[in-house]
Amino acid sequence: MSGAMVGRKRLIGAGAVVVAATALTFFMTDSEDHKINSGPSVTRRLTAEQYRNIVQDVFGGDIDLGGRFEPDMRVDGLLAVGASQVSITAAGMEQYDAMGRAVASQVVDQNHRDMLVGCKPASPTAPDEKCAHEFLSKVGRLLYRRPLTDQQLNAYMTAASEAARITGDFYQGLGLSLAGMLSSPAFLFVEQIVEPDPENKRGFRLDSYSVASQLSFFLWNSAPDSMLLSAAAAGELQTRQGLERQVKRMMASPRLEEGVRAFFVDQLRFDEFEVLAKDAALFPKFSAQAAADAREQTMRTVLDVVLTRNADYREIFTTRKTFLTPELGSIYQVPIFKDGPNGSPDDWQPYEFAADDPRGGILTQVAFTALHSPAGRGSPTLRGKAVREIALCQTVPPPPADVSFTEFEDSTAHGAATARERLAAHATVPSCAGCHKIIDPIGFALENFDGAGEFRTVENGASIDPSGELDGITYGDAGGLGQAVYNNPAAVACVVDRMSARALGRLPIKDERKWLKSLKADFEKSGHRLPALMQEIALSDALYRVGPPKADPANRLPPTEEIVTTELLSGASS
Amino acid sequence: MSKPLNRRTVLRGMLGGTAVSVALPFLDCFLNTNGTALAATGGELPVVFGSWFQNLGFNPGRWKPATLGANYQNNAEMKVLDPFRDRINVISGTKYFLDGRPLETHVSGVQIATMGSLPLGVDSDPSLDTTIADAIGNRTRFKSIEIALSGGRQSLSRRKGGAINPSEPSPAALYTRIFGPEFNDPNSAEFTPDPQVMARRSVLSAISEERKGVMNRVGAADRARLDEYFTSLRQIEQQLDMELQKPAPMAACRIPEKIEQADPGRNVAAVERNNKLFAGLLAHAIACGQTRVFNMNFGTQGLRTPGGVRDWHSLTHEEPIDPKLGYQKDVTWFIEFATRTFAEFLTTLDRYKEGSGSVLDRTLVLWQTDHGYARTHTMDDLPILTVGSGNGRLKTGLHVVATGDPSTRVGLTVQQVMGVPLNSWGRLSNETSKPLTDIIA
Repeated sequence: MSGAMVGRKRLIGAGAVVVAATALTFFMTDSEDHKINSGPSVTRRLTAEQYRNIVQDVFGGDIDLGGRFEPDMRVDGLLAVGASQVSITAAGMEQYDAMGRAVASQVVDQNHRDMLVGCKPASPTAPDEKCAHEFLSKVGRLLYRRPLTDQQLNAYMTAASEAARITGDFYQGLGLSLAGMLSSPAFLFVEQIVEPDPENKRGFRLDSYSVASQLSFFLWNSAPDSMLLSAAAAGELQTRQGLERQVKRMMASPRLEEGVRAFFVDQLRFDEFEVLAKDAALFPKFSAQAAADAREQTMRTVLDVVLTRNADYREIFTTRKTFLTPELGSIYQVPIFKDGPNGSPDDWQPYEFAADDPRGGILTQVAFTALHSPAGRGSPTLRGKAVREIALCQTVPPPPADVSFTEFEDSTAHGAATARERLAAHATVPSCAGCHKIIDPIGFALENFDGAGEFRTVENGASIDPSGELDGITYGDAGGLGQAVYNNPAAVACVVDRMSARALGRLPIKDERKWLKSLKADFEKSGHRLPALMQEIALSDALYRVGPPKADPANRLPPTEEIVTTELLSGASS
Repeated sequence: MSKPLNRRTVLRGMLGGTAVSVALPFLDCFLNTNGTALAATGGELPVVFGSWFQNLGFNPGRWKPATLGANYQNNAEMKVLDPFRDRINVISGTKYFLDGRPLETHVSGVQIATMGSLPLGVDSDPSLDTTIADAIGNRTRFKSIEIALSGGRQSLSRRKGGAINPSEPSPAALYTRIFGPEFNDPNSAEFTPDPQVMARRSVLSAISEERKGVMNRVGAADRARLDEYFTSLRQIEQQLDMELQKPAPMAACRIPEKIEQADPGRNVAAVERNNKLFAGLLAHAIACGQTRVFNMNFGTQGLRTPGGVRDWHSLTHEEPIDPKLGYQKDVTWFIEFATRTFAEFLTTLDRYKEGSGSVLDRTLVLWQTDHGYARTHTMDDLPILTVGSGNGRLKTGLHVVATGDPSTRVGLTVQQVMGVPLNSWGRLSNETSKPLTDIIA
């Protein structure tokens, strides 16, 4: 009771703080001696994956969500940044509402109620305040990621009682009240509540519970567990020592894998697998199962490098070690059997490509080559663009308007057999050549892989030349491309920038450049160990200090290593 | 006029005695007072708005009618729309203006067509279907229904502040959404409010009461997003309110046969099949008073014939112009397929009779595309169509030329006749305050 009261007071206080922060903006911009060096707070909509993870963490893995999510939006290369900018439409709300009810009805059904509800009502056909209180406050704390205020708890208890009366069923009432919680703004949006920062007289910081959420969504891609919330309640997260203790615990937890997975799903745009389809007539091996396995194969390859082996991050572009299923074996043309230790069948088998095999690194894997191809064939242009955008965080300008495709059509008409021959037309049109010469040669190296990622040496009867070039480095095949990306400094800056943007839920502001620089230096010093980078980010003030709420575009950092258009134009004319 | 009733008082009253039939006076206090919902009692059936977005345009010289005004003859690529010619307006000559922004091919045109402007970051304007839904869609169970004819989940329907309506690619799922267990037959004699729905309604009230607290806690930028959330929540509450009332009888409402087909339209055969299923479902949904706004995204840049190596979009750039025909042959096959699909859709709405008219008679469909000529990504001389008079609000059967004008003139006209209180629409060069008076009835 008293704990809840404190919580409530704090919330009200925080409201006032936000107003104060807004007022201060005007004030402080005039003052020379005080520099605003913290970014704004953000409110994130839960991503589909976070929703799933929370339901699994709180209620267990056998709860079926039975619904579809409102699409997430990718901004500045990341869904994690888009999450700070999206809202929920009426049709989307309908889906959240249905999903919340589906989850809640399973939680209170005959199979789960004893374990998940815990207490038993005096009568199963009537409201029971005591049991409802016990359940709703316990679950509410985990879903709201902070204790419910008295007012909130009362509202849910009243709802449970009313609903139990109407339906004549305690559990139905409780379930409907829980469903309401799952549709509430405090659950669906990760709010950041700020308070004055005692260490920085005019600054602000996240309150303890917001710190807990900031940490857990970054490291685990899920809500804080009970232990982290307790640490928040005890004020530990506002001390350096307490924060370090929790970060250490979280980094050691197996749930770190969820956080790393979430980063790479986002970074590699693997959410797009949901709409990936290949023509069965052209690519009969590329079944839905093969697509799902291909996605998982790349995830496992990456996790093996960055977590299991804690190796140099850049090895994801060169490693020959991977994992395959029998389904994938048929695409990769290697036999895979379901052998496991002690004779237990295991779908996933470790596999290492030979040194002279054209496969090496994630760019040569089926997931990457198939995802960045149209449904009926491969595309050096799409793949090259994807390498620039995903692996190097570079922006490729959109194609120019009003282009005549005559040259292009002619080359197609005159029997060009390979993509290289077809795309040669790009070089003849100056406005096309500028961009295509920095994307097509990257993609040519992957031409040994068809639209569904299967190895080939000929296209339309003509043999394929997989040589190419990336930023002045030439190579003879896909392996050379992987090595060129490995050696490209942009690959390092890219992962540092995206990882920090993911943690912040926004692009870093100008004043945070120094921080990015030191993150990058330390990352290099560590031999590009991703867990070390994540730990340093998790311990950074930038995640917890809050500046005035403003989104002045002038204060946003341009994307790193952006390819400057003028450079392209001069390249085109030469 | 009866004494105004508070929503929650009524609800609490109802909670006191479950499973009782609720008498009709309910309608008077819950519904707006202009009475259009009581269509079956003799009034006019409410107007319906639909958008149809087809990427990749037409071929120059093959779509525009040769003559202006009434009695135009359809050109080759619109021939299949002949049965509807008297109900179609063709608007030619308009442009999308970029105002110095780079042309994002197949994106910029969509944005200007739907939102009247190019978005600045995610701070985008709402699409016109949502402003229309706010004007005419508030009293149906679904404010709008978004359909992705060729798969995918994102619709072109978006509200201010980056909230994009999700699209439904599966006919079976849309069937369940509309005619599943939560559907109340407006013509059933008995009406018993569902206790589950009553309970849900009461729970949602608890959430809406969190509004004030939340709004005080977040910063100004996030306030708009949460405001959108609460508007959406309110929409669910309204849906439940609707389910708790005996619906106004809809004489023409028939429940369609259950649809099991769940596969999205990933090739032409699937698109053709799903189009028929979706069109039928929408006709039933409209006739049963479930929605008054729909958005069909034909999209289909990636549309292929089964086994076809190249998709429609690739073909627009790679297929040579057939020297004999003077146009790209395979591309034109797709264009004609798309127009045929649209004609099939209209036919289905028109075949569903309501009283002396059809569902199509009270509907206004706006057809737009991303480029005038996809092969070279042109942004001028855009083909735009309106179909249907929307209950006599538009004149029809006209070819209107508005050379050099912003395309937004059409969007403005459509929004105005649908009752959106707007004097102008669009931004920068795409802003206009001149509706197409030629077609306003």
